[in-house]
Amino acid sequence: METTAASATSGESRLRELILGSIKRNTKQYTMFIALIAIWVIFALVTDRVFLTPRNLSNLFVQTVTTAILAIGMVLVIVTGHIDLSVGSVLGFAGAVCAMLMIKFEWGVAASIAGTAAVGLAIGAWHGFWVAYRKVPAFIVTLASMLAFRGLIIGITGGQTQGLEMAPERAAEVFKLIGQGYLPTFRPATAGQLHDTSLYFSLLMIVLFVVTALRRRAARVKYGFAVPPLFAEVLRLVFGSALIGAFSMIMVIYLGIPLAVIFVLILTLIFDFIANDTTFGRHLYAIGGNPEAAKLSGISVPRHTFALFMIMGLMTAIAGIFSTSRLNAATTSAGQNAELDAIASAVIGGTSLMGGEGTIYGAVIGALVMASLDNGMSLMNMDITFQYVIKGLILLLAVWVDMAQRKK
Amino acid sequence: MSEVLLEMKGITKEFPGVRALEDVTVQFHKGEIHALVGENGAGKSTLMKILSGFYPYGTYDGDIVLDGKVQKFNRIRDSEHAGIAIIYQELALVKHMTIAENLFLGGELCKAKGVIDWNETFHRTEKALKEVGLRVSPATRVIDLGVGSQQLVEIAKALTKDARVLILDEPTAALTETETENLLNILDSLRAKGVTCIYISHRLREVDRIADRITVLRDGKTIVTDTQEAMPEERIIHNMVGRALTDMFPRRVRPLGDAVLEVKNWTVEDPVTGALVCDNISFEVRKGEILGIAGLMGAGRTELVMSLFGVWGKKKAGEVWLKGKPIHIHNAHDAIREGFSLVSEDRKRYGLILGMDVKQNSTLASLERISKLGVINKNEEIKSAQRYVRELRTKTPSLEQRVGNLSGGNQQKVVLAKWLLTQPKVLFLDEPTRGIDVGAKVEIYNIMNDLVDQGVCVVMISSELPEVLGMSDRIVVIHEGRLTGSFKRDEATEEKVIYYATGGA
Repeated sequence: METTAASATSGESRLRELILGSIKRNTKQYTMFIALIAIWVIFALVTDRVFLTPRNLSNLFVQTVTTAILAIGMVLVIVTGHIDLSVGSVLGFAGAVCAMLMIKFEWGVAASIAGTAAVGLAIGAWHGFWVAYRKVPAFIVTLASMLAFRGLIIGITGGQTQGLEMAPERAAEVFKLIGQGYLPTFRPATAGQLHDTSLYFSLLMIVLFVVTALRRRAARVKYGFAVPPLFAEVLRLVFGSALIGAFSMIMVIYLGIPLAVIFVLILTLIFDFIANDTTFGRHLYAIGGNPEAAKLSGISVPRHTFALFMIMGLMTAIAGIFSTSRLNAATTSAGQNAELDAIASAVIGGTSLMGGEGTIYGAVIGALVMASLDNGMSLMNMDITFQYVIKGLILLLAVWVDMAQRKK
Repeated sequence: MSEVLLEMKGITKEFPGVRALEDVTVQFHKGEIHALVGENGAGKSTLMKILSGFYPYGTYDGDIVLDGKVQKFNRIRDSEHAGIAIIYQELALVKHMTIAENLFLGGELCKAKGVIDWNETFHRTEKALKEVGLRVSPATRVIDLGVGSQQLVEIAKALTKDARVLILDEPTAALTETETENLLNILDSLRAKGVTCIYISHRLREVDRIADRITVLRDGKTIVTDTQEAMPEERIIHNMVGRALTDMFPRRVRPLGDAVLEVKNWTVEDPVTGALVCDNISFEVRKGEILGIAGLMGAGRTELVMSLFGVWGKKKAGEVWLKGKPIHIHNAHDAIREGFSLVSEDRKRYGLILGMDVKQNSTLASLERISKLGVINKNEEIKSAQRYVRELRTKTPSLEQRVGNLSGGNQQKVVLAKWLLTQPKVLFLDEPTRGIDVGAKVEIYNIMNDLVDQGVCVVMISSELPEVLGMSDRIVVIHEGRLTGSFKRDEATEEKVIYYATGGA
């Protein structure tokens, strides 16, 4: 009798320890989610629930796309101990290049995209060369580009907005889909009706989520790592699936899942894989954590830095393509302040500016936070003055929370 | 016997999940040098952090009694006001500032409020430097001083604050024998002036030389306090580890094989100053032997192995032969591919990514072996890391523990695991037991012996003479970048090594 009682209490305390421990270990993720939900609740209240309508949320996700793409790349840059201040200007420049290729040179969509990607890679290589092989701090190299490319945008667009309606009609139609299109359906559907493919896509994501989580758990059990108790895991899976379900249902009942959102999801998966499962990703974290130890472990710091900036350049070009497609035009102000949004997203998502720490998922959630702020404050018709002030204060708050947690 | 100046009474300190100190009571007399010894994790540093106010009053149980009054320190400044100064293991000086600026940092001498009185500052600095026997200008930047002199600057800084109690945490860890001797002499003179010194060290010979009384801590408890005369080295070690250490240096006799590593006429320049740091150095290491490299700090030993590893200096001349073939190494990647491994002297700076876990640190230098097309095989990663945690008996709660949270000895084992996973043919160890406790030292020695038995060549740099003499099969001595002596194990004595290390040849 006595032993049973004792083991029951010890089991209970162990359980409490496990749950508390898991909360402690994952505070960063939890704070981020709580912040996001708090922001949404506040906006829902002050906009009389307009914020939470399917139409608005679907818009919100599309608005997140460019920031999310930049933030995904920015995480790796910051993790390695650098920064890229040029992404806003380069985004605008790449978007303008893409538009001019289609308008002036009448290139096809695929060729224009490839050309723009090449320009992005070249700009990244330029940054990489100065940072990795000439040892100029990334802050300065990219600050220089921030100025230079803002000027070059004016140069190639002639200082005027270049609308894509000036491009050959068919190409313009197809190009528009990148930023504004939705997953095509088997059966024709309109707003407010069920979009079959989008529904299947959501179900597929839930299955993928559950399967990967269970496989991960099985692997951890096999190697004797600590795992949360089974019911907690089930709870987490149910909650996560419900979350994915809720998010996608919003889009399913509106116009379907936007193509751009699917693309960002794929990019997120790819970059999360790079960060966690490849030698390249591991080396970047090691360089950010301790460059000297990384060098002595046989890691070529310059080569990795160079490749890193090329990837950032490519991601920026992709973001530029989306931006041009969504606006259906290249503007001289495209991408203004985008570098700040991207850096803020990464930091809100738990990336440490000291280097060596940060997750891709966190940055994407961070981008959602930043886009939510923009979207909600616009819905409220808030004075632009306060919009800037509030975004600035949120960033300050996020870093302070991060620092305060680190101290513990 | 002299009066009790300071007493720590019944100190208990708990961290979440661990009791770091349990009812520790120590009395410090006026004008004595009191050594505090114990293995890493025994609680010495925690005890001193309580004394210095780093852990404020109220976060621990028990009392600090100074001059018969209970002290309640809320921050370090409070303890400084009471006359207690702590000198940390990692030097806390601003490297790019001058000695004078450092000495009065945070307590600048002012004419009017906020305006620094430079004349007084320099005058007082000069006086303080004289007291610690440092003959340099107060305007010298700290970065231009050697580690030993920096240590003295720290002490001078404590003296300008009128410290009555001086806490020294491993002050000689980075010092050469002469610098150490110099420091100990200064402590002698401070003792004569009535300053109480609390001296934390792993080096028992120093403790024996300097201490009046010795307190041994183990697992957060005071085990014994006694006078130096009553505490021979064996008794200290016995109390530290809780058992008798029969053999500090487990020697093994091995048959010698062919030469594996041959270094010929190795000559390297400092890339910044252009000075010749390795001057025409030649030696060989044979299969089945441990080669010890002895010499003073700054003699060029670290630079020698770093340049052989391809990560330091500008090579002017020389060749490296491995198993009878010349090899060319331009960077660490080449070195690892050829089968070189380098456990550096500064594991926090060069060895570990402190924010990463045990698993990730262990596999960092051998990721390519467990990856296909750049994708890491996570199962293999866990297996590799687990293997060496087991073989080296690394004490860690899990493979996912951040290495920053491990003790020094266990951190060193993770560094060793990292290099052993690259399957080295030649293992360079630069001060492999610096700052780790006696028990872990012996374990590291045993690992070295095992590796040599498995056919790995071990080249060990060490500033601790007993270690070099105890572990090496052969010893070469380096002085100012030149190889000045070479002995077989049975020919070598401390006197000979010191003679050649100080340029006697």
